[in-house]
Amino acid sequence: MPEQKPISSVNDFVVRFANVNGSGSASANELFARAILRHGVPVSPRNIFPSNIQGLPTWYEVRVTEEGHLGARGGVDMMVAMNPQTWDKDVASIEPGGYLFYDSTKPLPSSKFRGDITVIGVPLTAITNSTYSDPRQRQLFKNIIYLGALCALLDMDPKLIEQLIGEQYKGKEKLLSSNVHALHLGRDWALQNLKCPIGLRVKKADKVGDRIFIEGNSAAALGAVYGGATVCAWYPITPSSSLADAFAAHCKRLRHDPKTGKAKYAIVQGEDELASIGIVIGASWNGARAFTATSGPGISLMTEFIGLSYFAEIPAVIMNVQRAGPSTGMPTRTQQCDILACAYASHGDTKHVLLFPEDPAEAFEFAAQAFDLAEHLQTTIFVMLDLDIGMNHRLCRPLKWDDARQFDRGKIMTTEMLEEGRDFGRYLDVDGDGIPYRTYPGTHPTKGSYFTRGTSRDRYARYSEEGPVYADNMQRLVRKFETAQDMVPRPLQANAGKPTKYGVIYFGSTSPAMDEAIGLLEARGHLLDRMRIRAFPFHSSVASFIADHDFVYVVEQNRDSQLRSLIVNENGIDPVRLIPIVHYDGTPITARFIAKSIGDHQDHLKVTPLRKAVS
Amino acid sequence: MTYIAKPKFHHPALKKNALGFTHRDYEGKISTLCAGCGHDSITASIIEACYELSIEPHRVAKISGIGCSSKTPDYFLGNSHGFNSVHGRMPSVLTGANLANRDLIYLGVSGDGDSASIGFGQFAHSIRRGVNMTYIVENNGVYGLTKGQFSATADRGSKSKKGVLNTDNAIDLVAIALQLGATYVARSFSGDKGQLVPLIKGAIQHQGAAFIDVISPCVAFNNHAGSTKSFDYVREHNDAVNRLDVITGREPITVDYAPGTVQVVEQHDGTRLALRKIDADYDAHDRVGAMAFLARHTAKGQIVTGLLYVDPEAEDLHAHLETVDAPLNSLESDDLCPGSAVLEKINASLR
Repeated sequence: MPEQKPISSVNDFVVRFANVNGSGSASANELFARAILRHGVPVSPRNIFPSNIQGLPTWYEVRVTEEGHLGARGGVDMMVAMNPQTWDKDVASIEPGGYLFYDSTKPLPSSKFRGDITVIGVPLTAITNSTYSDPRQRQLFKNIIYLGALCALLDMDPKLIEQLIGEQYKGKEKLLSSNVHALHLGRDWALQNLKCPIGLRVKKADKVGDRIFIEGNSAAALGAVYGGATVCAWYPITPSSSLADAFAAHCKRLRHDPKTGKAKYAIVQGEDELASIGIVIGASWNGARAFTATSGPGISLMTEFIGLSYFAEIPAVIMNVQRAGPSTGMPTRTQQCDILACAYASHGDTKHVLLFPEDPAEAFEFAAQAFDLAEHLQTTIFVMLDLDIGMNHRLCRPLKWDDARQFDRGKIMTTEMLEEGRDFGRYLDVDGDGIPYRTYPGTHPTKGSYFTRGTSRDRYARYSEEGPVYADNMQRLVRKFETAQDMVPRPLQANAGKPTKYGVIYFGSTSPAMDEAIGLLEARGHLLDRMRIRAFPFHSSVASFIADHDFVYVVEQNRDSQLRSLIVNENGIDPVRLIPIVHYDGTPITARFIAKSIGDHQDHLKVTPLRKAVS
Repeated sequence: MTYIAKPKFHHPALKKNALGFTHRDYEGKISTLCAGCGHDSITASIIEACYELSIEPHRVAKISGIGCSSKTPDYFLGNSHGFNSVHGRMPSVLTGANLANRDLIYLGVSGDGDSASIGFGQFAHSIRRGVNMTYIVENNGVYGLTKGQFSATADRGSKSKKGVLNTDNAIDLVAIALQLGATYVARSFSGDKGQLVPLIKGAIQHQGAAFIDVISPCVAFNNHAGSTKSFDYVREHNDAVNRLDVITGREPITVDYAPGTVQVVEQHDGTRLALRKIDADYDAHDRVGAMAFLARHTAKGQIVTGLLYVDPEAEDLHAHLETVDAPLNSLESDDLCPGSAVLEKINASLR
C-alpha cells in the first residue's frame, strides 16, 4: 500500500461520531458542534439515527466549514468510533489519510484497523472507571472525556467549551464543575500521551456572525406561536413529534396570561391523525388559528379532511416534516417525497398550497405566514419541511418579526356588516378573487348563519346537485387558486456570471447543497442559472425561467421527480426540457452528488456536432 | 322536501319564551327524511328543549357526521351555524370548535353507523377528554341511506328487513360512555318525547361530556318483526329508571312529588335536575352501579332508559388544559404574538 499522507485541513473537515442510541452521547456531540461555532467557524451537524429508543447504532456528523457550506458533504475525515457494532463499516468509511479515534482500553487485533489512516487510541473506559464508580456517571462522563481529548487533538480552545458548559448548567454548580473536570481529564490525557494537534485543526475565525443555531422543527413551532396559532392537535410521528413538543415548550414560556397564569392556547394529542386534522378544522371553522404537525403516513390518513377543507373552504395549516416513504418507509431518513400527495391530496379535483422552506429561518417565516394564507384563502396550507431541516440544528440568519404586522384574518363578515344589511353568501365571490366571506359561528341572532357541508351547494350555501351550480363553484375554486399564486412566497433566481442555456430548479432542504454545487460545477466549466421554488401554486416566473433555457435540471430528493411532474402538469411544459436529478436513498443530498450528476450530463451534452466531426 | 319553501309566517298568539322567541325561531328547514322517521321526533325534541331553555339560537353550534341522523341539524335551529362534516368525525370537529370558542353550546348529532362503526374511536376519545358538549346518537341499528345494512348497534340475533340474522355482537354506546367517564349519560326513545326533552335540556346545561343514546326506529328499514329497534319492540322492552325534570332559573320546585321519590341534583353552575325515581333502588350518582344495572338488564333483553348517570361536579377539557376564560378565537395579534423584542432574546439564546 502506498504511503498515505494524513489529511491536513484547517476549518474544513467532517467528523463523525458513531454511538449507541440511548448512551447519552447526543448532548456531548452537540456540545462539540457548538464549541466549534464559538470559534467563529460554521458547522453543519446531522443526526443519523435509527427508528429505535435504545441499543441500535446512531451517528452524529459534524461538517466543519469555514466557507459556510451547510449541506451534507459526504465522506468522513475523522471517525469517533464509539460503537463496536458498527466498527468495521465505520472504519471502512474513513477517507484515505483520515483519522480514527477509538477507546483503546481493550486491545484490538491489527486486522481491525487500516494502514492508510491515523489511529488515535484513548483508554476512555479505563480513565472513566478509575475516576467514577456510578455506572450512569461512567457512561455520561465518558462522552465528555472524549470531547476533552478531541479538544486537544483538534487544537480547540478549552475555555470556549467551558463557557458552553457553564451556560448549560447555570445554577447547577455540581453538574457544572464535574463536567468541566471530565473535559480536562480527557484533554490532559491527550496532551500528555498523544501528538497534539493532528492534521485537522479548528482555528478561530469570524465566519458565524449573528447567525443562530436552531432545529427547523423548533423554528417552525415558534413561527406558529408568532403566527397566532391557538389550537394544536397532533399525533406522534417521527420526524414531526419534536415540532409539537417545541410548540408546547414555546407556549409554556410565551403564551400564559401573566395575571391568571392561564393558557392562551390548547394542545391536544389526538388519538390519530384523523382526529388531529378534525380538531384543526373544527377550530379553524370556529375562527381560531389551528395547525397539526405530521409526516407522510399522517398525510395519507388526513386526506379526506383535506378535501373537506378545500371544498367547504375551511382554513387549516399542516406542517409536514417529510420522511422517506412509501408506507412506513424509512421513518428516520429524509426525503422530499410528499409533493404530489400534498399538492393534490384527497379525492376529486383538488389543489393545495405548499410552502417549501429551505432552512429554520424560512421555516419560522413560512409557518407564521401559513396562518395568514390559510385564513385569507380559507383552505389548507402545507408547510413542507423534511427531516433534514426539521431534526438537525442548522446555522441560519436570526429570526425577525415586524411589530407592525397584524394577523390577516381574511374576509370575515362581522355583526356590524350584517347589521348594515350586507348581502352574505358564504360561497359568493364578491371581489372577483374567488374568495368569499365567512362568518364565525355565534355572530348574529338572525343573520349570517349557514350550514357547512362537504356536499355541493350554491353560492348561498344551500344544498344543490345542479350541474351548473356545482361547476360554478368549482370554477371559483380555480380562481381562488390563481389568487393564491401572487400571495405565496415567490421563487428566488440567481443567474450565472455569464449567459447560459442551462438552468436548475431546486427547493427546500436541497438549498445549501445546491449553492455549494454551483461552485463545483463552475470549476468544471458548467454555468447554470438557478431558481429556488418556494411555493406551489407556481408563480409565472417559473414558466418563463424554463422558457429562457434550453434545458432545466430539476433537483429533488425523491425517486419520481415529483416537483418536475407538478411543473409539467401545471404549466404544460414539454417534459424533455426538464431533466430530473434525483437523490432518494434517505441521506441528505450532497453538493458532490449534484455536481457529478449535472456535470456528467453537461459533459454528455457537449458532443462534437456530426458535421464538424466528419469534415 | 327541501325544494318546498317553508312558510315563515306564524300565528301571532304563538307562545314566547323568556327571550321572546317562539317555537318557530328554533326550527330549521323542512326534513328530507322518510315520513314517520324517529329522527324527526328527536329534531322536534331538540327544538322543544332549546325553546324551553330560552337559548339564543345563534349561540349553538350544531355539528354532525354523515348519514340520515347527521342530516338533521339542517332541520332545527336555522339561525345556528351547522357543520355536516366527515363520516364518523363529528367528535373531533366538535372538539376543535369547542377549543376555539368555549362560550357557545355544542350540539353533536350522530348516528349508530357514524358513532359505533366508522367513528367509534372518535366517539370514545371525545368522551374520554370530557369535551363540554351534548352528544346525541340517533340510534336505529341500521344504515338507511345505503338501504338497510346492519350497523354495529344492531343486536345479535335481530333480523334485517331482507331476513338476514345479525351474528355480530352489538356495541352499547351507553355502556361505553359510562366506562369512559362521560359525566352525563342517558338513554331514551324517540317515541317518548316526554322523557327525551328534559334529558336533552339537562344535557345542554351539563358542563361536561353529556351523552344521550336515543333509540330511533327506521321506518323504512328497521321497523319490522324481528328487529330490536322497532317501535313495537322498544315500547315493549323499555325499562325506564327515572323521569327527569330540569329546573331552570331560581324558581322553587313546585311540582308535587311523593316523598322519597325524587333525587334533586344541583350542578355546580347552579342548574338543578329533579329525578323522579321509577326504580326506587336506582342511584344516578353511582357510575359503577349504573354499569352493573345496565349489564344485568341488557342481559334480560330490556332497554334501560332515563338519566343513568350524572356527575354534578364535572370538569371539561378547557379546565384540564387550563385555558384562558376568553374564547381563543377572540384573541388577536397583541394577545398572541410575543413581538420582536422577545424574538431578539430568543435569537441571543441560540448563538
